[in-house]
Amino acid sequence: MTATPATIDVASTADAALDALRRLLPSACLLSQREQTAAFECDGLAAFRQIPLAVALPHDEEQVREVLRTCHRLKIPVVARGAGTGLSGGAMPCADGIVLSLGKLNRIFAIDPVARTARVQPGVRNLAVSEAAAPFGLYYAPDPSSQIACSIGGNVAENSGGVHCLKYGLTVHNVLGVRGYLMDGTPVAFGGAALDSPGLDLLALAIGSEGMLAVVTEVTLKLVPKPKLAQVVMASFDDVVKAGDAVAAIIGAGIIPAGMEMMDRKATNAVEPFVNAGYDLDAEAILLAESDGTPDEVADEIARIEAVVKAAGATRCQVSQSEAERLRFWSGRKNAFPAAGRISPDYYCMDGTIPRKHLGRVLRAIEQMEDKYRLRCMNVFHAGDGNLHPLILFDANTAGEWERADRFGADILELCVRLGGTITGEHGVGIEKINSMCVQFEPAEREAFFAIKRAFDADGLLNPGKAIPTLHRCAEYGRMHVQGGQMPFPDLPRF
Amino acid sequence: MDAALERIQDRLRAARATRTPLRLRGAGTKDFYGEQLRGEIVDTTEYAGIVSYEPSELVITARCGTRLSEIEAALGEHGQFLACEPPRFGGDPTIGGIVAAGLSGPRRATAGAVRDFVLGAHLLNAQGDVLRFGGQVMKNVAGFDVSRLLCGSLGILGLIAEVSIKVLPKPRSEVTLRFEMDAAQAIDHFNRWSAQPLPISATAWHAGNACVRLSGAASAVRAAQTVLGGEVLDEARALQWWDSIRDQTLDAFRPSARLYRLSLPSTGALDLPGVALIEWAGALRWLSSEASTGHVRDAAEQAGGTATLWRGPRDAAMFHPLDPAILALHRRLKTEFDPDGIFNPGRMHADF
Repeated sequence: MTATPATIDVASTADAALDALRRLLPSACLLSQREQTAAFECDGLAAFRQIPLAVALPHDEEQVREVLRTCHRLKIPVVARGAGTGLSGGAMPCADGIVLSLGKLNRIFAIDPVARTARVQPGVRNLAVSEAAAPFGLYYAPDPSSQIACSIGGNVAENSGGVHCLKYGLTVHNVLGVRGYLMDGTPVAFGGAALDSPGLDLLALAIGSEGMLAVVTEVTLKLVPKPKLAQVVMASFDDVVKAGDAVAAIIGAGIIPAGMEMMDRKATNAVEPFVNAGYDLDAEAILLAESDGTPDEVADEIARIEAVVKAAGATRCQVSQSEAERLRFWSGRKNAFPAAGRISPDYYCMDGTIPRKHLGRVLRAIEQMEDKYRLRCMNVFHAGDGNLHPLILFDANTAGEWERADRFGADILELCVRLGGTITGEHGVGIEKINSMCVQFEPAEREAFFAIKRAFDADGLLNPGKAIPTLHRCAEYGRMHVQGGQMPFPDLPRF
Repeated sequence: MDAALERIQDRLRAARATRTPLRLRGAGTKDFYGEQLRGEIVDTTEYAGIVSYEPSELVITARCGTRLSEIEAALGEHGQFLACEPPRFGGDPTIGGIVAAGLSGPRRATAGAVRDFVLGAHLLNAQGDVLRFGGQVMKNVAGFDVSRLLCGSLGILGLIAEVSIKVLPKPRSEVTLRFEMDAAQAIDHFNRWSAQPLPISATAWHAGNACVRLSGAASAVRAAQTVLGGEVLDEARALQWWDSIRDQTLDAFRPSARLYRLSLPSTGALDLPGVALIEWAGALRWLSSEASTGHVRDAAEQAGGTATLWRGPRDAAMFHPLDPAILALHRRLKTEFDPDGIFNPGRMHADF
């Protein structure tokens, strides 16, 4: 057997698929020219690229179903895609497959102000839901930094978070139900408009499944009343460990802030020229803690937060006195990623989560890694939920820098796992962190993930090769990591 | 390795070798819950104890046989609690059973269900392997969310050996208000109040009494009281009322006819008489009815939800039938996780 017949097979399957899709979709809904498909070669993580065979842009769910049935029949891989803002290469195409873009399914079907729900299509932008609900005094709580652009379908695929997760939860806590299709075109509904349904909780399984179990075409979201007031405390610390301790002290005092974020000195110095937020540039760390609720409640909670951070050694403490000032305090945090892009040709954002108590230790270790990999790293941190976003700064045009950044990132993630945390808090595994999954999970656990995948998609056609590494891949990764006959973490029992 | 865990692992391996069905059981407070109880009992209460609890991390990790009373006492020392308020059914359930059943109490509509608080779980499969999913951190999207899949799985996918659960600080202040109104008015009011930024932590209606519990900062509770009005229940009476609903000791749960649990959209219009208790702003309704289960299920579906035949003579399956595509997924998941069919066969569905 030579490679030649196989090549012909692939080409003819591709032609057959394109022919079939052309019959299904209007010409404006199918892109197959390289200059058109190139726009879909990556998501928000540009380091991983692949031109797909074609891009289907259906404008209704019947077309979605037909595309899936056709691809299932012809065994063509399908990668569903929302707004393409993902940060783990979860929507990176397959060379021999199609991208199923759900961007045209962007209708808000209904906002029910009494039942406090929104029924929307997956292509609706996250922020658009809150805008549509605003006249009723309601909003959709999860607010990833990309909320202006990211889609609800993508949020469901990644179980997206945001800066208000600790109090208001992640996507999984704010979605009541989804409807969509399995890879073979079977219509399915997980959850619904009620708070629970009989049988296994397939809704919880579908949320965060990175487009590997089903394609969602409708989502029922929970809306919550908008608090009357929000204020934020901005505290400076001369030591990151003290700032970390302040976070524990706030929670220990029985306070669950609406948002609690931290930036290290490198981050504040990078963002300040960009946003003029008035950050204390001499502080080693800045902590933002927000309170929301009724005016009396906020006044009470803000006073308690102030007392706790002062006792924890804050060197400066400011409380936002107006909505404009509150937004200004937040602006640097919300713009940390673009600011990193301004001070460095490229940056690589990590997403590890750790038990909060290890924050100081992790930040010190990252400092040492900066020397080891000869790259700078600035740190922003969802302090309330222990979710770190180290931003590794590099220049892809300098030979070897991307490789060093990649290893730097993997090193941080392995440290997170060793400390009892996880390799990804909210960005997903995608293609980016697939090797790090070998560190976090044992073969039997990865096999359970594959078992779930088989139950939903027996042929493995939906977003194949993402999120769960094969045994073979992990063996390869393990070999790569054995340096000088030494495993990198000989004390790690789970490797 | 813990001896109690090893004994359980040996039981599982032996059962797999002989294809002996097993019935996983903690305190037995939910023996009534499920289609059928089949198999040799595996008592999980031996594998007990709090593994770790750090109040400032907002997480507690405990072995499956740990009693709720032990967990609540440990949390209480630090002013924290399980906000999903799992029902005790007059006993002292184990944390493994609480997660396996996935049932939540009065706070569910605002704070979340058991599944919303589970951060991680260890699962024992039939080979006796310990599989670890999720973890002890608030945010974790590595791999499929198996920990949450296990909530409400009724033990059919394997034995839940250990769980990590998010905990919250207890509210600093709590007040229950009582209003007199009929069921339809209660559902309407509960929903309209829930759409306002008020610190509502529970709503319930029974026999002409609508109660709203406010929880949070004293100032917020006071402000909400002014907005809502109503009669303030004294603390003891309020506690007794909410406990009797959480633990299902209220007389509404002991009807002469069948008792149905209807999970509906909170504003769903239900065309059936006999509503005995309303919770979760209308999203959970308990119905006492002589009607056939089929009839009740039709009405529940009309209203956009489902009906569980909670107690009383069975004229149909306990659980609302699954859509065929969803049922097929259940069968495939069951076959993948438990190919020999040893874990709680028949508990969720007569066929598996």
